Amino acid sequence: MARMKFLCDADRCIECNACVTACKNEHDVPWGINRRRVVTINDGKPGERSVSMACMHCTDAPCAAVCPVDCFYTTADAVVLHSKDLCIGCGYCFYACPFGAPQYPRVGNFGSRGKMDKCTFCAAGPEPDSTEAEYAKYGANRLAEGKLPLCAEMCSTKSLLAGDGEIIAAIYKERVTQRGYGSGAWGWQTAYRETVAI
Amino acid sequence: MQVWNLGRLVAPAVAMFILAFGLLILPSGAQEASGSNPTAQAVNEQQLLDELNKIQGRVSIPDGKAATLQQPQGRDYRGFHEGALPWIGGIAILGMLLLLALFYFFRGRIRTLAGESGIRILRFNAIERLAHWTTAAAFIVLAITGLNFIFGKRLLMPLIGPEAFSTWSVWAKYAHDFVAWAFMLGVLVILVAWVWDNLPDRYDANWLKTGGGMFDKSNRTHPPAARFNTGQKLIFWAVVLGGIALSATGILMLFPFSFADVNGMQMAQYVHATVGVLMIAVIIAHIYIGTLGMEGAYDAMGSGTVDLNWAKEHHSVWVAKEQAKAEPKVPPRARPEPAE
Repeated sequence: MARMKFLCDADRCIECNACVTACKNEHDVPWGINRRRVVTINDGKPGERSVSMACMHCTDAPCAAVCPVDCFYTTADAVVLHSKDLCIGCGYCFYACPFGAPQYPRVGNFGSRGKMDKCTFCAAGPEPDSTEAEYAKYGANRLAEGKLPLCAEMCSTKSLLAGDGEIIAAIYKERVTQRGYGSGAWGWQTAYRETVAI
Repeated sequence: MQVWNLGRLVAPAVAMFILAFGLLILPSGAQEASGSNPTAQAVNEQQLLDELNKIQGRVSIPDGKAATLQQPQGRDYRGFHEGALPWIGGIAILGMLLLLALFYFFRGRIRTLAGESGIRILRFNAIERLAHWTTAAAFIVLAITGLNFIFGKRLLMPLIGPEAFSTWSVWAKYAHDFVAWAFMLGVLVILVAWVWDNLPDRYDANWLKTGGGMFDKSNRTHPPAARFNTGQKLIFWAVVLGGIALSATGILMLFPFSFADVNGMQMAQYVHATVGVLMIAVIIAHIYIGTLGMEGAYDAMGSGTVDLNWAKEHHSVWVAKEQAKAEPKVPPRARPEPAE
């Protein structure tokens, strides 16, 4: 089984936000929730870089560790998913997540955030694959159809890569070797405790 | 009608010239400015993390929290939440239970030495008792539902299964969020009602020196105390200061991200959870000495009245003052002269 990962090649990202839009559309994500977003660092200054960020599907995920009802699980592809039936909307996963991935449907004073929602690596949730119930809670299950996450598929500059960690690392490595520069695999050290060695 | 007016063509011609000139000149100029390496000034992840501890940028969506690209502090939060906190809580609570068990075996139930006199005096009025029991009932709900966040998945979930545990935890969360207000109100009333009687006084040093007589198995040591002895004062200040810390950090969490960013929310949890479990340990001791640990103590908060002999043993200064207040003020001369 593959170990699924995301890799954003910040030297290619043009902040078009197509990944954000593709994700929202594919999964019918409610208003106010962004499973993926593009963050621009040093905006308008020399050396500005944009990074598309969502759940990184961490190794030994901190969200899963702090969850008081243990609603997270990791699939055979190392995708970190959760059950909205068990989630109590406490918000702990957002405090623990290094990438700000968990989202809540409401602003949420008095613990009324609603059930947590986050990037599923297009692998949806614990319901039977590709059912209506699964789609309503978690969105499309592209992995079950043999497809990779739509955000990366849609990426116009192929900045965002999604798939088997070893394969996307090799692609990134080849790019960096060929063009002679690369600002690194953003978030990898934090999420996977390893980076792409070049 | 003259279409080809030369004057009207001047401006476009100049614009075209500037554009053509610019296209030729600018690229070479730009290249000179930044050199040949397009990443020479590029932001570097590790450098940003080393210098700023987290990476923030700009997003085009309204959710300001999304602009934080990385906050490795989440790992620390996890370390506290899953590592330190269960240990702090477990040691504080089990440690306190163990100490109380040892104390019970050593000292047994503290009896009233002189026995019951049958005369009762008022110790806490209805408002004081209401404030106490509001705070107490709220605290027990908050303690149980709060501990559920730490130990529930470890102790209760294996017994009742994830679905039932999730349902219980949703209700526990709402109970914690709303009963909190009763607790905050109770702590405020307690503070106003008892703060003057809990300021340090001249009996404290001696009380502390004798350990309040708690460790004298003969039960003959009863250091003088006013309305509250030093031990009770310590409970009072633990409840008031701990309660204020819990309330302040709790309000931060009831209104997430209204007053604090993600790191502020983490800090609020560190304080809230640590103070919470320590206060549970303190209150367990308070419950012990107020019920099982001492004969006659529960009546003070139960019926509001205590036996005179109990009061004389534990709060001698207070009893003297109360009796002086209660005695009818009769001028000495009006008293009948004793026969000689």
